[in-house]
Amino acid sequence: MYSEKVMDHFTNPRNMGEIENPSGVGTVGNAKCGDIMRIYLDIDENQVIRECTFKTFGCGAAVATSSMATELVKGKTIEEALKVTNKAVMEALDGLPPVKVHCSLLAEEAIHAALWDYAQKNKIEIQGLKKPKTDIHEEEEGEEEEY
Amino acid sequence: MDRLIYLDNAATTKCAPEALEAMLPYFTEYYGNPSSIYSLGAESKKAVSGARKIIAGSIHADPAEIYFTAGGSESDNWAIAATAEAYGDRGKHIITSKIEHHAVLHTCEYLQKRGFQITYIDVDENGIIKLEELEKAIRPDTILISIMFANNEIGTLQPIAQIGKLAKEHGILFHTDGVQAYGHVPIDVEELHIDLLSASGHKLYGPKGIGFLYIRKGVKIRSFIHGGAQERKRRAGTENVPGIVGFGAAVKKAFAGLEERAETERQLRDYLIAEIEAKIPHCRLNGDRKRRLPGNVNFSFRFIEGESLLIMLDMKKICASSGSACTSGSLDPSHVLLAIGLPHEIAHGSLRLTLSYENTKEELDYVVEAVSEIVEKLRKMSPLYEDFAKKGTEQE
Repeated sequence: MYSEKVMDHFTNPRNMGEIENPSGVGTVGNAKCGDIMRIYLDIDENQVIRECTFKTFGCGAAVATSSMATELVKGKTIEEALKVTNKAVMEALDGLPPVKVHCSLLAEEAIHAALWDYAQKNKIEIQGLKKPKTDIHEEEEGEEEEY
Repeated sequence: MDRLIYLDNAATTKCAPEALEAMLPYFTEYYGNPSSIYSLGAESKKAVSGARKIIAGSIHADPAEIYFTAGGSESDNWAIAATAEAYGDRGKHIITSKIEHHAVLHTCEYLQKRGFQITYIDVDENGIIKLEELEKAIRPDTILISIMFANNEIGTLQPIAQIGKLAKEHGILFHTDGVQAYGHVPIDVEELHIDLLSASGHKLYGPKGIGFLYIRKGVKIRSFIHGGAQERKRRAGTENVPGIVGFGAAVKKAFAGLEERAETERQLRDYLIAEIEAKIPHCRLNGDRKRRLPGNVNFSFRFIEGESLLIMLDMKKICASSGSACTSGSLDPSHVLLAIGLPHEIAHGSLRLTLSYENTKEELDYVVEAVSEIVEKLRKMSPLYEDFAKKGTEQE
């Protein structure tokens, strides 16, 4: 059901992990649907993305799109990174099954959410960037269930 | 491990050699139509009635009460839709549960759109039907109660005897989806007051594409397929003779060693449960610990998603299944796991392992090791686990 590239990025995810003191973090998706993506960015003074890492709760496609998305934005300027669309991520993975297209949308949103966080922290405005709608960073504290 | 480890016997089973051998002559040697007059046809007819007799005997029914179908889903559809039609003038209320197979639930939804009222009974946190709620739901216009014998995901065995008694006392028909239970736990339609029972061949080491619906004598039910005298005119079409023969042979084998086989599976099951609980943190056994099918194990692992787990298990040649949304093509996780009260994200991280008596402890050790390793790997990737871990250290 998945392309070889998807399987490769799922089994050997690139840039998986956290960045200490990141320039921006974005978390999108929701546990209800079974997908949560978090993107960490390290952006230098020239607005170039030095590092980009991810953490993802989700299916094979969700992990693979996160991994590919980090690869695609790494080394790019913010302006360039904004042009990395879900379509670009899907193409780079040689396609996704129709039911998994939403995973690639999530990857795009996660990058935007991390950039938004960066912009907020630095009190700057990034042209063409809108406030992420699915950022879940702040909500649902508590509600813990222990086994 | 080089060989495949198959732990998805609730999905389907490997055909028993006895069933396969019994079937083979009916493809090329005794290929006659059971309805034909000549002796070649009579051979087929004899084989079909032989299988019918074996199956009837296995549930304490009369052979004339066994109707062959293409499988469990067909039997469920037939039992519910046709009873509704036959008894619709008496009442339009049907009671079922929230954890039924979709073959039952979707048929009920279909009827709901056509003027029937359906009550979906809740289950407790272990997935056992709430009997008092069921009793309260009974109305003067209730015509059918349909509650599964055993659940396909979490393996819980329902209080069928009590439900049968209740239905009988109120003069309501009782259908049970026995697809997962038949051939794995004893079923006596007389003792349990079952009026309609669905079963399938491929869940008990028989072939696919064959099942039956038991219809108690005297129950009015319309024909499912029109156009011939087969199955007492209730399901027309030339019989699937090899399938029926294979089904009969599988049933014969399954019932001859039922207790022994079930005991082997129960021991393997409890071993697997204990190993997983001992070796993998933040897990939860879904379903009742005791009142469950001998071969069913179902766990939720927090902070991870089921499809990822399944793909990684597949890479280690382990076949399993999950109640995750991603495995069903929808966004919602299993309705069964939600019905027992699991939050969505925990329902997404479920793993069903269904055993056969042929599995070994050695295989299970390998599986536990594999699951443990994969769960750890996926948790390292999980933002939910990251949040959980950070919260933990903050508290310290």
